[in-house]
Amino acid sequence: MNFTLKIWRQKNANAKGSFQTYPLKDVSPEMSFLEMLDYLNNQLIARGNEPVTFEHDCREGICGSCGLYINGRPHGPQRSTTTCELHMRDFKDGETIVIEPWRSKAFPVIKDLIVDRSSFERIMHAGGFVNVNVGCAPESNSNPIGKLIADKVFDAAACIGCGACVAACKNSSAMLYAAAKIAQYAMIPQGKVEAKERVDKMVKQMDAEGFGFCSNTYACEFDCPKGISTDFIALMNREFFSSKACKQKHA
Amino acid sequence: MIKLDSKIPEGPLAEKWSRYKTGLRLVNPANKKKIDIIVVGTGLAGAGAASALGELGYNVKVFCFQDSPRRAHSVAAQGGINAAKNYRNDNDSIYRLFHDMMKGGDYRAREANVYRASEVSNDVIDHFTAMGVPFARDYGGSLDTRSFGGVQVSRTFYAKGQTGQQCLLGTYSSLNRQIAKGTVKIFPRRDMLDIVVVEGKARGVITRNLVTGELERHSAHAVVLATGGYGTVYYLSTLGLGSNASAAWSAYRKGAVFANPSFIQIHPTSIPVLNDYQCKLTLMSESLRNDGRVWVPKEKGDKRHPNEIAEEDRDYYLERRYPAFGNLVPRDVASRAAKERCDAGYGAGDTGLSVYLDFKDAINKQGEKAIRDKYGNLFEMYEKITGVNPYKQPMRIYPAGHYTMGGLWVDYNLMTTIPGLYAIGESNFSDHGANRLGASSLMQCSGDGYFILPNTISDYLADDIRTGKIPVDQPAFEEAEKQVADRIQKIMDVGGKETASSFHKRLGKIMWDYCGMRRDAEGLKKGMELLIQLEEEFWKNICIPGTDKELNQELEKALKVADFFEVGRLMCEDALQREESCGAHFREEHQTETGEAKRNDAKFAYVAAWEYQGPKAKPILHKEALEFKYVELKERSYK
Ligand SMILES: Cc1cc2nc3c(=O)[nH]c(=O)nc-3n(C[C@H](O)[C@H](O)[C@H](O)COP(=O)(O)OP(=O)(O)OC[C@H]3O[C@@H](n4cnc5c(N)ncnc54)[C@H](O)[C@@H]3O)c2cc1C
Ligand code: FES
Repeated sequence: MNFTLKIWRQKNANAKGSFQTYPLKDVSPEMSFLEMLDYLNNQLIARGNEPVTFEHDCREGICGSCGLYINGRPHGPQRSTTTCELHMRDFKDGETIVIEPWRSKAFPVIKDLIVDRSSFERIMHAGGFVNVNVGCAPESNSNPIGKLIADKVFDAAACIGCGACVAACKNSSAMLYAAAKIAQYAMIPQGKVEAKERVDKMVKQMDAEGFGFCSNTYACEFDCPKGISTDFIALMNREFFSSKACKQKHA
Repeated sequence: MIKLDSKIPEGPLAEKWSRYKTGLRLVNPANKKKIDIIVVGTGLAGAGAASALGELGYNVKVFCFQDSPRRAHSVAAQGGINAAKNYRNDNDSIYRLFHDMMKGGDYRAREANVYRASEVSNDVIDHFTAMGVPFARDYGGSLDTRSFGGVQVSRTFYAKGQTGQQCLLGTYSSLNRQIAKGTVKIFPRRDMLDIVVVEGKARGVITRNLVTGELERHSAHAVVLATGGYGTVYYLSTLGLGSNASAAWSAYRKGAVFANPSFIQIHPTSIPVLNDYQCKLTLMSESLRNDGRVWVPKEKGDKRHPNEIAEEDRDYYLERRYPAFGNLVPRDVASRAAKERCDAGYGAGDTGLSVYLDFKDAINKQGEKAIRDKYGNLFEMYEKITGVNPYKQPMRIYPAGHYTMGGLWVDYNLMTTIPGLYAIGESNFSDHGANRLGASSLMQCSGDGYFILPNTISDYLADDIRTGKIPVDQPAFEEAEKQVADRIQKIMDVGGKETASSFHKRLGKIMWDYCGMRRDAEGLKKGMELLIQLEEEFWKNICIPGTDKELNQELEKALKVADFFEVGRLMCEDALQREESCGAHFREEHQTETGEAKRNDAKFAYVAAWEYQGPKAKPILHKEALEFKYVELKERSYK
């Protein structure tokens, strides 16, 4: 297979970036998308050029490192698929493929296709945990949780923190990301105790990081490689407003 | 010369840890604030330790090379985590878990450590549950379990095929809690390149900031390595591409003894190599062998579509050879059996280098939905990678490099031979002998991090309450930083033509061919020679574009590959001295008539611990004799 690649190149955070075009020949349909980029990089290095920098580690869709904006979609054309799980057989021979980093004020570019997602970290620092010390856990089965709820909790917890939801959203909203964590804990007894404080703090941090608001286009759910449901955003909003109501009552 | 002292406490096995713990010295809360601890690694082991130590009130600095601690390779563990809860009433117990691990490890692990790991396993599960980790549950709401290879009870807790992810995210949440409290400070995008030893004690690390390329000095009263496994020595493996030996290796070069380096687990069920550009193999969890049946055609070179091969033309070779355990034999046994069939010409697929893992019977019996519920994400993953739907036709699988039982030698306190330097999780050698049982690594990593290290380290730190901050402007730090800078300069200056990945691939092939699933003396010697040649070539021809003062992924890779040459040589050296077969280490010269591993307990019931003597010199071999008081050494039979 042959492709024309248009790739965003940017030397560092302060440099001005631009698209560069690279024709690439003899790509095997069996190659994964990132293997295709490795293949390009080998050729670039052989020609004395700098390889394209992109983030990756597990290469099996679970660590959330990779994340490229491919032909106008986060993680490319396949649904429920991370960039590293894409294969070249999913593209058309002769196609032009445009590859960009995530675009969001809260995710500044570090180099080429790598962005700084530390804003996501800070949202978690704000409240993405249950306050429990090592050694004071009760026996596991002392808190039964019905299978149906447990399965739903799992669905929320499946987020890999890649940032595709933000990249997909025209407002660069991080609602789905925050909501998944908030919902995971709000649905179980362990997390319920501090659910109100948690939602308050995490939403505040999200705003402070410069993420946008949610205007219900569902693009995030559509492009989430783990198919996290926007129902969790509704659940988060309920938690958020009841937390506000609760505060006003106490004021 | 170093003298090994395992510090295994006296007393009956079941009481060793509780008695020993009571005798350990403490650091009082006010003094903890004056003590700094560095933790390198944010997997289950590192993030667990960092958060537990932060909770106790120490000042913790924690490092990882990814952009977030949540991406440590623990995230990729699929199948589950063991605990001796006996929720199934199948007569499980701490002793039985201990016994299974000792046997599974082919009697090359320390009884006391393994027992302790089993002992804390139940606390680990309780802690995860309390943190909100969504383990699978049954309809009544209690935790569900499943079976794993090498055992006859059902003690594996799981969260679909993403147990590692869920356990890691739980651990990450406890880390975030401490970061928010200010007890833990996180340094992501850092490569640890050296340990700093001051007056014989580990007092800091040199790291490279992967964004700016700057070298940084960090000091502390103790250093904990939790840097994971080095299965990437085979190039193709189930590990993340950034996984490496370098952190542990820098400790080895500074005097930490390295144990059983050649004990590497080759996992039987990975998706086979599909193209020449591949740099990573994807695991299909061992849990699949609960319901999947492994087979090859009975006829050599039968290239028919698997669905067209009738029952009577299939050889379910695991069920045939090991009727008692069938498809659930331990990993080393399953891997070698697959290799044996493929080498004999019965392998499936174009390359002949794969066997079938078939769910037809399970789907017929339990229905597609039940199978989807249990393994849905694994089936999807398989289909994405191969383009084949495993609900409709059998998966193809082949063994792949996976887990390192070997690692930094540690005593009962999890301290290496450098005082103040600890190694936990996969980076140490301690609990899995010559072969790891499935689902016992997540358990060990979390046990080490949350429950064991925080106790043992205080005993050491009790002497440091008056030390005060460790300055980084002293000669030991300057020297260590200079050594690192010189090495980087040397590698940048080569200006050759071949990429780090290309060298890595060639190195991996040597390791796979000569120090892989089956080894013999001649091959091991040949392997060592080839490694020396390749290393020479590397230092003449490695090509690194760009500079070292910026984000430079080629430089990062090259530094890791440069260490792998030495790692590979030590693996061969270790495999060569061990004139027996045990667990994952299989020497052609030492097998039974039926082709099973033949141990030699009289001569080799020891831990082989290697002491560095310089880049070209032969390391010194120390032998830590293993004593077995509670298990009887038997031929490990799964027939
Ligand atoms: C695909 C797969 C599936 C598995 N499934 C299971 C399972 O079902 N059950 C089970 O029990 N076990 C399983 N295992 C094994 C288990 O996942 C690992 O042994 C375990 O997670 C290792 O944890 P760790 O904390 O020791 O290291 P890791 O999780 O590997 O973390 C290593 C950390 O060290 C950091 N690091 C490494 N080198 C450096 C450096 N030089 N500088 C700075 N930081 C560094 C990394 O950034 C990372 O944070 C599986 C392993 C794999 C690969
Ligand atoms: S590299 Fe880990 S999810 Fe893609």
